[in-house]
Amino acid sequence: MSVPAHAAPHPETLPSRVQDATGESVFNCYQCGKCTAGCPLAAEMDYAPNQILRLLQLDLPEMEQEVLTAFSIWLCLTCETCAARCPQEVDLPRIMDYLRQEALRRGLVHPKAKDILAFHQAFLDTIRRGGRLHEVGLIAAYKLKTLHLLQDVLLAPKLMARGKLNLVPHGIAGKEAVRRIFERCGTGILPVDAGATGVSETHAGDAEGSGT
Amino acid sequence: MARVGVFICHCGENIGGTVDCAAVAQAAGELPGVVHAVDYKYMCSDPGQNLIREAIKEKRLTGVVVAACSPRMHEPTFRRACADAGLNPFLCEMANVREHCSWVHEKGEVTTEKAIDLVRIMVEKVKRNRPLFPINVPVTKTALVLGGGIAGIQAALDIANAGHKVIMVERDPSIGGHMAQLSETFPTLDCSQCILTPRMVEVAQHPDITLYTYAELENVAGFIGNFRVVIRKKARSLDEKLCTGCGLCTQKCPTKKILSEFNARLGMRTAIYVPFPQAVPNKPVIDREHCTFFKTGRCKLCERVCPTKAIRFDQQDELVEANVGAIVVATGYEVKGTDFFPEYGYGKYKDVITGLQFERLASASGPTLGVIKRPSDGNVPETVVFIACAGSRDPAKGINYCSKICCMYTAKHAMLYKHKVHSGKAYVFYMDIRAGGKMYEEFVRRAVQEDEVNYVRGRVSRIYARDGQLIVKGVDTLLNSRPLEIKADLVVLASAMVAQKDAEELAQKLKVSYDGDHFLSEAHPKLRPVEMNTAGVFVAGACQAPKDIPETVAQASAAASKVAGLFSKDELSRDPVVAVVNRLGPPTFTTCVGCFLCESACPYQAIEREEIKTRDGKLIKTVAKINQSVCQGCGTCVALCRTKSIDLQGFTNEQVFAELLTL
Amino acid sequence: MKIGFFPGCSLEGSSREYNESLQAIAPLLDVELIEVPDWNCCGATAAHSLNHTLALALPARILALAEKAGMDELVVPCSACFSRLASTRHELRQNEALRRAIATCIEIEYTGRTKIVNVLELLLRCAANGLKEKVRQPFAHKVACYYGCYLTRPAEITTCQRAEDPQEMDDLMKLVGAEPLDWAFKVECCGAGLSVSRTETVAELSGRIVEDAVYRGAEALIVACPMCHTNLDLRRGAIERRRQAKYAVPVLYVSQVVGLALGLSEREVGLHRHHVPVRFAAPAARPGTGVPQAGHRLEAGATEQAVGAGQHRLEAGATEQKEE
Repeated sequence: MSVPAHAAPHPETLPSRVQDATGESVFNCYQCGKCTAGCPLAAEMDYAPNQILRLLQLDLPEMEQEVLTAFSIWLCLTCETCAARCPQEVDLPRIMDYLRQEALRRGLVHPKAKDILAFHQAFLDTIRRGGRLHEVGLIAAYKLKTLHLLQDVLLAPKLMARGKLNLVPHGIAGKEAVRRIFERCGTGILPVDAGATGVSETHAGDAEGSGT
Repeated sequence: MARVGVFICHCGENIGGTVDCAAVAQAAGELPGVVHAVDYKYMCSDPGQNLIREAIKEKRLTGVVVAACSPRMHEPTFRRACADAGLNPFLCEMANVREHCSWVHEKGEVTTEKAIDLVRIMVEKVKRNRPLFPINVPVTKTALVLGGGIAGIQAALDIANAGHKVIMVERDPSIGGHMAQLSETFPTLDCSQCILTPRMVEVAQHPDITLYTYAELENVAGFIGNFRVVIRKKARSLDEKLCTGCGLCTQKCPTKKILSEFNARLGMRTAIYVPFPQAVPNKPVIDREHCTFFKTGRCKLCERVCPTKAIRFDQQDELVEANVGAIVVATGYEVKGTDFFPEYGYGKYKDVITGLQFERLASASGPTLGVIKRPSDGNVPETVVFIACAGSRDPAKGINYCSKICCMYTAKHAMLYKHKVHSGKAYVFYMDIRAGGKMYEEFVRRAVQEDEVNYVRGRVSRIYARDGQLIVKGVDTLLNSRPLEIKADLVVLASAMVAQKDAEELAQKLKVSYDGDHFLSEAHPKLRPVEMNTAGVFVAGACQAPKDIPETVAQASAAASKVAGLFSKDELSRDPVVAVVNRLGPPTFTTCVGCFLCESACPYQAIEREEIKTRDGKLIKTVAKINQSVCQGCGTCVALCRTKSIDLQGFTNEQVFAELLTL
Repeated sequence: MKIGFFPGCSLEGSSREYNESLQAIAPLLDVELIEVPDWNCCGATAAHSLNHTLALALPARILALAEKAGMDELVVPCSACFSRLASTRHELRQNEALRRAIATCIEIEYTGRTKIVNVLELLLRCAANGLKEKVRQPFAHKVACYYGCYLTRPAEITTCQRAEDPQEMDDLMKLVGAEPLDWAFKVECCGAGLSVSRTETVAELSGRIVEDAVYRGAEALIVACPMCHTNLDLRRGAIERRRQAKYAVPVLYVSQVVGLALGLSEREVGLHRHHVPVRFAAPAARPGTGVPQAGHRLEAGATEQAVGAGQHRLEAGATEQKEE
């Protein structure tokens, strides 16, 4: 039983956009710090989890840039430890997801996060192509994007020998449908209660294999 | 022949600014039955009331309508004025032309017309009003105090010293409550038992207080001034008149490994036991659930060694009936145990304890005789972590409120620890410090400045055990939210203060309101803190909401003063706005058919059954009868009655329909 | 029991031994795992981090396909996939408009009917159906059951009873003859998806887990998630370098332990695919004979290669290919 969320403030503020997108009110947080105390990565972050919420709460003009360019949001593992222990039941992982998506949309990703972002993008690229993750393809793409060409090179032969590396990607029968899903999802802006999902409906009827 | 007087109040600009009061008075004067109609600036003022009194006398008024504010404001005022002038007060009605008219509409003709309509319907009602007279109810001048903690003790002593009889019922074998378990109390660091036990003895010895310990409230019926209560005296297995309290039985009892409730489960007691050395009464009780004789049929050692042969294994519970006029509920609180906290170990770590358990460690009569020792290995802890807000202010755990006392007792605990272990390190993880009482802020500053207790602003995410220590994972939000890990020897959780497990059951037995947290509800949060919505039942202490000892004592005395006020008269005068089931002559006697739908619907249990008999005692029919001492005039039965046999005095069907049909 | 099955991408690739062991034990437990036809990747961390709609659509397609195939329940052995599928189901069941929009996006009808079951739930059901009686070779070792993040959090979509100190895997281990230990890192994150992009972080987080397990005397870490396995097993070298210490404790999937207990060979459950060799210092005694058996040693055909400092060598006496 949690305290009712603060009524959403003026629609243009970041707290209200966070609330529209995630359903969470940043004002529920009373800055106790329990999230930071339990976060496995707090020591490596530039802004601790409760500080990310503080930036959102105070919402002074310069803070929007600060919070979206924070490195913390990319380090966050979405391990859900903070949400499990938060006394005010604030869904911080959901807010972190939103901040990551917003930072990406606005091109405000912290430079130290480029490897992490590259990994995520390479991951999704292989799914877009074949419908499933192609691990070898992922690593190859990641190395090209980040130029960490020699990373884990010593592990590769072992993985090969143990039969754990599939060189050829497995493309599913519905991979075109998956590609269409990617197209429709666009930038993924999604208000939580509306029918508008940022999803384009133009391909729904004429797709080959629709209803697979 | 109706002779109604109508008085329109301007209420300064409140009404006059929106409604044309002169026009209303003019229109009122033309209504049938109205012989006097005036308007005036402030009717509730002295001169205003005089207008009413004089008009009643001069014009021989049979009814009065005051068009002004809400009756909730001034109905008593105007009714008193009428009574002064010799007119039955229930022949005076108010037409609410303020809250229902001038305050909710714009100035204009339509608003004035509405005001006229409101006056018109009240005139029609008042023409049908009958004089009503207060209902007098006798008062039994004995109070029942439920609970023998500091709240109950204070209330009982105050009521008894005011000259009235008190029956105190305490569930545990001794009175004293949680205060008896405390070591020292804030902000003075007074020894808790030293200030409490004299009061306990006073209660036991007071000629006007009858003390039942190891007893519970079985049943309560009746109404204010006239409660009939049944008290269950649980079997102590002892003849109290023979027992001298020598304590030999408790020494010899072979069953010694029962977790002691008084020591908050940190120590052991025997099956036949006195909860603590200063117990009042200082007579033992046999815990039949754990006693070897009651479990297996063998032993009876206590009986053999008792010098006065006071042990009675076959003793049964006894039910005692009593009549009381008022009930004071002072049943106190519980604290959440360490098993309430998954992230702090689900209660499996012996060295994670609650604040109440720490009190027992610090207490000179406790399981460690006042030495702070780790429950796991008996060593003195070098580092103690105190965690404030453990469970309180925590919607995720279902407790939204602040438990009020923890900031203070945590500072106290940290100070006591530092006084006893000079080289020890004490950390307090907190969110806020709430120290609003007298000398409270100074007390907390003492802990920080003089006793070097380390206050860290941040909460603890989890605790786990390693190498015989407890790893506390916290954070310092004032130090740029740096995560902190402290290796503690002992962790004390300031765990939430909650209502008793059976608070709901008790509230339902007493028919009093309670809230979502099972704290008992006061009648008004600001202005009526010790009364309840049920007349005649009063509340004091932590059973109403978390509070400290000074507030508890104040509230207990307040409740006692309400009781004394109630007892200051021999009879209670009640508002006669009550329901009445009609009574006619034979052969009908009443149109009530005895379906008793009203009885089950009545929220106040005010409906009884009356047998209508012939002169030789033959039953004709059983019909409903309203107990006028309990009825609150809500009208539920009136609306429900299928044969329309019930009417509400002061708001009869005739009167109310007259209002509606006039519109 | 017939039940829908969603292996997920890891079980097809770098964690194939998890799949192999599940497929091997299923018939022994009277379970028929029916794979969702033409399933796609659930999107894992990448999708929910970068695009919320995609993070709903990809799992929704899988669930819709399962529904179309008539599956009432779907077993999802990978904890991360489990979390994605269960969250998606939860969110779409609560928001009618959203569900319809996603159904349009994925081009398949979706009602949210199919329930998602994690591997512990499945195995505990088998436990209730006489698993204990089928145990031929009790896994008599001290084990640290590692649940990770997604089997116990978030509370709305998981079913574990004690989120901070769960017992489901521990109970299962007891049934197969193991001794589960009480330890402090049951639900602490291993470092998840940062395995490649920030290996040092994984070395730190997984290192803490391995260290505590070893400190408590665990002979094996038991996991139910391919990501956790990779971080605790494949990244052992990084862990050892970071902590400047050696840790020999092997990491086994819960299904592998069950398989071994049911009498399957190491090869059949895929132990040879691990990075950290699966071996135990004190051999398990065969029940009733008092004679120590050979224990679970790597059989012929297993490979072992140098990985720099901290190489685990095989003991003399075991039949192995040449090493050094």
